[in-house]
Amino acid sequence: MSVSTFPSEQTAVTSYQLCATDRQLILATQAGLPLTTNPWATLGEQLGIPAEDVLARFQRMQDAGVLRRVAAVPDHYKLGYRFNGMTVWDIHDEAVPEMGQRVGELPFVSHCYRRPRHLPWWAYNLFAMVHGTSRQEVEDKASQIRDLLAETCSGHTILYSSAILKKTGLRLKKQGDAPCSE
Amino acid sequence: MSAMIERPRREAQLPAFTDLEKDVINRLQHGLPLVARPYLAVAEELGISEQALLDTLERLLDERVFTRFGPMFNAGEMGGGLTLAAMRVAEPDFDRVASQVNAFDEVAHNYRREHELNMWFVLATETGEGIAEVIEQIEARTGYPVYNMPKEEEFHVRLHFPV
Repeated sequence: MSVSTFPSEQTAVTSYQLCATDRQLILATQAGLPLTTNPWATLGEQLGIPAEDVLARFQRMQDAGVLRRVAAVPDHYKLGYRFNGMTVWDIHDEAVPEMGQRVGELPFVSHCYRRPRHLPWWAYNLFAMVHGTSRQEVEDKASQIRDLLAETCSGHTILYSSAILKKTGLRLKKQGDAPCSE
Repeated sequence: MSAMIERPRREAQLPAFTDLEKDVINRLQHGLPLVARPYLAVAEELGISEQALLDTLERLLDERVFTRFGPMFNAGEMGGGLTLAAMRVAEPDFDRVASQVNAFDEVAHNYRREHELNMWFVLATETGEGIAEVIEQIEARTGYPVYNMPKEEEFHVRLHFPV
C-alpha cells in the first residue's frame, strides 16, 4: 500500500498550537467518532459549532500532523496477531537515516524510530515493532530485517512483552491553549 | 517456545470474519476521508451501502475487534513531552518498582519485557521539560536509574493488520 494512496498518514509535522475549540473536539471524540451519516454535524450539535467548522478544524489538525488520521484501532490479538516483538538494532550511526527508512517501509513493521544508546546496557539505536501470528513468524520477519541491514548492523535482539503492567490513554495538556483563530 | 507447539494453536485461533468484515477491517485501519459524509465515501469505495458499513463498524466495536474508532492524535506534537524509558530492575524488587512507577500519572503504558532492561514505559507530560522532572522523581522513588530513550527520528508509524 503506497503512502500516496493515504496522504493522511504522512508524518511530516509543522508546529501547531491547539486552541480551546480544538481541545473541545479532541475531548468530545476521545471515546470515538460518532457513527452517524455526518459525524461532524453530530459533534457540532453537541458543541454548538457549525458542521463545516468542525470538519475544517479536523482538516487543519491533520494537515499540521497533530492528527495522524481518523481510523480504527484494532485489538491485534482478535485479528490473529498474537505476537509482537520489539526488534532493536545496533546500526552504524551514518547508516541510520537510510536504513531506518527502508526498515520502516517493510509491510510488517508498524513503528520505526531512531532512539539513543545507553552503553554499556543498551547498544541499540533503531527500534522496529514487528507483529505476527506466531513467535516464529516474528522471528522470520526479524531475519528479513537482518538481511536488509547487512553489514550496517553490529547486533540486534527481539524483546517480547511478557506482561502489561499498565495501559491508560495519553492525557491532554491542561493549560496554555492558544486562542482560536477563525 | 518451539514452532511445533505453536502451529496447531495458530490454526485453531485464526479468526473467522466474513468478506464484508474483512473489507471493513482492512479499510478502516486507514484514514477516513475528511468529507461531509465520510462513511458514505468509504462505503462507495467498498461497494456497499452506508448503513451496512455503519452496522458492521458498530458490530466490530461491540465485539471489541476494534477497541476504538476515531481521531488518532500525535501526542508528541500536542505541546507536551513524550518518551520511551526503560529500567533494569532486580527480580526481587520488580513488583515494588512496578507499582511505584505505575503510580505516576505520567506513565501511560508500562510493559514487562524479556531482557536485562526488563521494564519499559511510555511517559507523557504536559510540557517538554516535564519528562526530565518525572524521570528524576522515578529514580528517587525507586532507587533505580531510568534510561530515557526519546525518539530522535521517526521513520514510520502505520498500524495495519491485514485480515
